[in-house]
Amino acid sequence: DSELEPIPPPQLAEPGTQGIIRGRDLFGYVGIEAVLDQMRRKTMKAGFEFNIMVVGQSGLGKSTLVNTLFKSKVSRKSCTPSYEEKISRTVHLKSVSHIIEEKGVKMRLTVIDTPGFGDQINNENCWDPIVKYINEQYEKYLTEELHITRKRRIPDTRVHCCVYFLPATGHRLRPIDVEFMKRLGKIVSIVPVIAKADTLTMDERLDFKQRIRQDLQASGIRVYPQKEYDEDVEDRIRNDKIRENIPFAVVGTDKEHQVNGNKVLGRKTKWGIIEVENVAHCEFANLRDLLVRSHLQDLKDVTHYIHYETYRVRRLNESNASVSGLSALPLENGITEKYEAQSQL
Amino acid sequence: MRSSGRQIRSLSLRVSGFHRAAQQRPVGRPVRLFMAVVEHSRFASQAPPRCSGSFFFFTVTVNLWRHRSRLPFFFISQTRQGDDKQYVGFATLPNQVHRKSVKKGFDFTLMVAGESGLGKSTLVNSLFLTDLYKDRKLLNAEERISQTVEITKHTVDIEEKGVKLKLTIVDTPGFGDAVNNNECWKPITDYIDQQFEQYFRDESGLNRKNILDNRVHCCLYFIPPFGHGLRPVDVEFMKALHERVNIIALIAKADCLTPNETKKLKDRVRDEIERFGIKVYQFPECDSDEDEEFKQMDKELKECTPFAVIGSNTVVEARGQRVRGRLYPWGIVEVENQSHCDFVKLRNMLIRSHMHDLKDVTCDVHYENYRAHCIQQMTSKLAQDNRMDSSIPILPLPTPDAETERLIKMKDEELKRMQEMLEKMQQQMHEKDQ
Repeated sequence: DSELEPIPPPQLAEPGTQGIIRGRDLFGYVGIEAVLDQMRRKTMKAGFEFNIMVVGQSGLGKSTLVNTLFKSKVSRKSCTPSYEEKISRTVHLKSVSHIIEEKGVKMRLTVIDTPGFGDQINNENCWDPIVKYINEQYEKYLTEELHITRKRRIPDTRVHCCVYFLPATGHRLRPIDVEFMKRLGKIVSIVPVIAKADTLTMDERLDFKQRIRQDLQASGIRVYPQKEYDEDVEDRIRNDKIRENIPFAVVGTDKEHQVNGNKVLGRKTKWGIIEVENVAHCEFANLRDLLVRSHLQDLKDVTHYIHYETYRVRRLNESNASVSGLSALPLENGITEKYEAQSQL
Repeated sequence: MRSSGRQIRSLSLRVSGFHRAAQQRPVGRPVRLFMAVVEHSRFASQAPPRCSGSFFFFTVTVNLWRHRSRLPFFFISQTRQGDDKQYVGFATLPNQVHRKSVKKGFDFTLMVAGESGLGKSTLVNSLFLTDLYKDRKLLNAEERISQTVEITKHTVDIEEKGVKLKLTIVDTPGFGDAVNNNECWKPITDYIDQQFEQYFRDESGLNRKNILDNRVHCCLYFIPPFGHGLRPVDVEFMKALHERVNIIALIAKADCLTPNETKKLKDRVRDEIERFGIKVYQFPECDSDEDEEFKQMDKELKECTPFAVIGSNTVVEARGQRVRGRLYPWGIVEVENQSHCDFVKLRNMLIRSHMHDLKDVTCDVHYENYRAHCIQQMTSKLAQDNRMDSSIPILPLPTPDAETERLIKMKDEELKRMQEMLEKMQQQMHEKDQ
């Protein structure tokens, strides 16, 4: 026996929060939060796309790590090219796509490998093919976006994350690392990892990481998660914890062994078994959580809203400046007002 | 050019007939006797052996003879009478050499080369149980970008059981670290050549008593375990150096490899070394009369190359003992445990068994090659300057460039041919006259 009372207008609790009706002020359940369910169902049907690039010298375990991350044979391990092949090769990029599914969620995963990086005697400009590739993907997306009739879902081939493998020397960043990360930190989210970290003791690991962080700061390299893009306090706390730990020291393997009656992924040596998913042994689990479980969508957002937009603004300004039409952008609209309107979005 | 195949030069022995004497040994007492007569070359033609004191008896007797009275006369030595008539006593020569060299001390120069971060300094400290790199400062990334390859030397005097060793470690910081590593081995080859040149000059000089031998006796090259075998820079470096110094290839930081991976990598590296014709240091062959155990050890040693090593600066507690090792959350790596890594084999080979052989090969093969090459260049320059009579080698002149050298060689050959033709014609004319 509820009495029907006239519904009073919602009271505005504090001054300054005009126009925001908080949940507790509503009488009854509107059902706004059901939107989340709808979104989830839609994205599950549509599926995700994720493009990850792995960069590093040969033999650092890039393919093994990717296979371990996604628990499937996504990347074929390079069957040791012979010496003659190595010299004549410049860095070329290979991309392999797979669709993996888990609990009804489909993901189209593309792994872009960069064999030949840093393997030659003279490695100058070995990062150029990589920079070119990344910019090409942005260009493709931009072209699609500027079409008159756009596709409903633009196929996203932009590189969302670039995992850079550092050899576990224990000293500092090498010149090639600095050069590469300086150039690429501006156009893509870089996640540096220490590869084959089972050669460092815990103390050496901590020292090494500290020195790397110092070097990164001194050279002005910004790695993911970048400080500037933290949106609120919660984000900043979460990301600070991650920032204290980068670069992650990882060990990868696809072999399983028995430890205390469980089957674990690990590497068996004469002095013990290194368990890959044990946080006391290595930080593979942290990396996996970062890339897949917690920050995957964030990586995509940063790529779309920040890196891509930077590229777009630069590109459009370039073609604005060259009014004589030397820009390679095939604009079908062709009107300059449209530029300004778009660049103000 | 001398090859590096070596046979242990053995004294030629000739055993004269003293089987009669051997039959005179007392019954019941086993006397093993090897008597050999080393013939002095001057007296080889003289038929009857004479007691003129020019024969040397090299005896390896296990038990001395008792029946001296029955000996044929040519066993009597001149140097000593009385009880030890047949024992000359120069079997103590090795002891004398030993005593003298202990007093003088040994010296050994070891070069370590490889990218930074492969554990070279740690390994050197572990090998010689010293701490040579206490005050080292690691350069940060900016300083490293402008770094070139340097050569640094550390000298340390080690003494053990009265034997002194002057150990020099030549380090090569900056090797292979830059983005562009073209010819990064050039400072190293220049350094080695400089040491040879300096020794050559000293040897040809007037005061030879106190020559300082700075020649590099051995180069340990560190191959990173991360790759799939030899990289281009490894191959180029080893090819540039294998004619100048003894190279021993090592797989560094072997604690990141499982036993399977270690074996695969070693096989791969051995294959590639053979394929590219890199002449690493070869262990000398065993004598055929060494015992089986030694031969077995030697075979194992050779099959184990390249050695997979782990070094450590810290001492940890393992199995109740304090050992040099590395402490991980998943276990303890012991540096001196043969099943963990090949550090013990490397140490034994480098210090305990082959140090002298390394020095010999450096002196006999690498240095002689350098010297021959140098003299050849000098004489071709002298021939050009028409000063053939000077037989004393002048101090090495700067080598002429390749173009003039080629011309000089061509002219030399032409001259030779013309001389030969002249001789032939002269001979023909002689024959005609006769």
